[in-house]
Amino acid sequence: MGEKILMKGAEVIAEAAIRAGCMAFFGYPITPQNETPEYFSRRMPQLGRVFLQAESEVAAINMVYGAACTGTRVITTSSSPGISLMQEGFSYIANSNVPCVVVNAMRGGPGLGDIAPAQADYFQATKGGGHGDYHSIVIAPHTIQEEADLMFDAFDLADKYRIMVVVLVDGLMGQMMEPVEFKDWVDVKKFKTPEWATVGQGDRDHRNIITSLSILAEGLEKMNLHLQEKYRKIKENEVRYEEYKMDDAEYAVTAFGTVARISKTTVDMARKKGIKLGLIRPITLWPFPTEIINKRAEQLKFFLDSEMNEGQMLEDVKLAVNGKKPVYFFGKLGGVVPTAEDILKEVEKHIEGGK
Amino acid sequence: MEKKLVIAGFGGQGVMLAGELLAEAGKEEEKYVTFLPSYGPEMRGGTANCHVIVSDNPIASPIIANPEAAIIMNLPSLDKFEPLMEEDGILILNKTLIPKEVQRKDVRVLSIDALTIAKELGNEKVTNLILLGAYVTVEKTVSLETVKNALKVFLTGKKEKLIPINEKALDKGAEIAKEFLGEK
Repeated sequence: MGEKILMKGAEVIAEAAIRAGCMAFFGYPITPQNETPEYFSRRMPQLGRVFLQAESEVAAINMVYGAACTGTRVITTSSSPGISLMQEGFSYIANSNVPCVVVNAMRGGPGLGDIAPAQADYFQATKGGGHGDYHSIVIAPHTIQEEADLMFDAFDLADKYRIMVVVLVDGLMGQMMEPVEFKDWVDVKKFKTPEWATVGQGDRDHRNIITSLSILAEGLEKMNLHLQEKYRKIKENEVRYEEYKMDDAEYAVTAFGTVARISKTTVDMARKKGIKLGLIRPITLWPFPTEIINKRAEQLKFFLDSEMNEGQMLEDVKLAVNGKKPVYFFGKLGGVVPTAEDILKEVEKHIEGGK
Repeated sequence: MEKKLVIAGFGGQGVMLAGELLAEAGKEEEKYVTFLPSYGPEMRGGTANCHVIVSDNPIASPIIANPEAAIIMNLPSLDKFEPLMEEDGILILNKTLIPKEVQRKDVRVLSIDALTIAKELGNEKVTNLILLGAYVTVEKTVSLETVKNALKVFLTGKKEKLIPINEKALDKGAEIAKEFLGEK
């Protein structure tokens, strides 16, 4: 750790990725995250690493796929419409079992939408998005410092499970500035080429082949079972969440990313009024922290899920609560950001309604 | 201590720089800081604003729904933020571009002919720092000295020669604020 630097979220992503040993960036510009590729374009050549602006998002994700097949730490960053274009590549990467990191600074949609912050790509990120039975690990930081820390974990998890890790942020987190302290540089000289990497046969006695194809159904079934086994291990070992003032809580907000951060203010405001409100904040959106939410349902009167979408994580919260208690929803659409006051009003409305 | 400030004006008036400068100064005083800019099409020729929070404790929401302090650099920004001000909050106005009285009676108003003063100092671009100097003197979010030190982070290379005039602007704002506070 070093001294604190005041930096924009979009630049923090790039600097943290570089320190975490990211050797290659491929991408195509899109607002509101252009400061990320801009930063990479300046720093990567200085370090003798790769920066390449592709001709399109489709090209960029296939370059990521190619680099990932060599076991190199590789990243692309984009925002909602750009991420949509990459979905085919994500699906291929999943069934090829190669590691990479993708950052989505979500903006308002659907379609071209706007450039304001949103969280409406939750389904796309956590439920697949591309075709086939696959998952990516999805992590959602809620402050710029956490963003800096989690970029390191993103690369480690990608390598550990040979999987794509999505860092899901939004335009607001990209544009805001906060003092951050970075973890120490990962020593890239210590990286070893993994034994599965396609880097030429050399003196190995066999050729490595990476593919997402199996013409025979039985073969493809085997590949699918392998994926499912991997996902089971990830669900068992990698769930992360934060609880805020939950010990004596009677009501809980569930939220991720920016809305979770705003909700902490809601919780503090509620506590000042004597309302026992807490917050459960999933840090991994996939795997989802189902157990803790189910356990907390015992002590709570209700949940209020809040997101910048029409209620996407809401479905996972409801599955976790499994009918034990009411789960209400409060959301803002199209790039509108809720305030702490908005969310508190909603909590109070449901307390009043329950009397 | 937690201080929340909104700075608003036209793009090009130095709204963002003033906010970043305060954020940097807060960081240098080892406080928690968030700087949240408005971004998007409104920045080109229209109004721009930023939310800055400086606190002794970790900051939850970086969004300021009801400002307790606002630096307002043009008329459209006053129209936008006057109704949102917290009771007893302070509006620090660039009077030169705001030919209008504040309607609300439950807020404090420090109106400074900042653009005119900036021109007298020899550079109209320091209007923002006259207002920022006044703000830190009234609200004591950070010390004026720390803000001056923070100038070095932003004004480097060719811009380094602009540091003295910016310091003068901060001093001028501070002086006016002291009169306002009755300290002089």
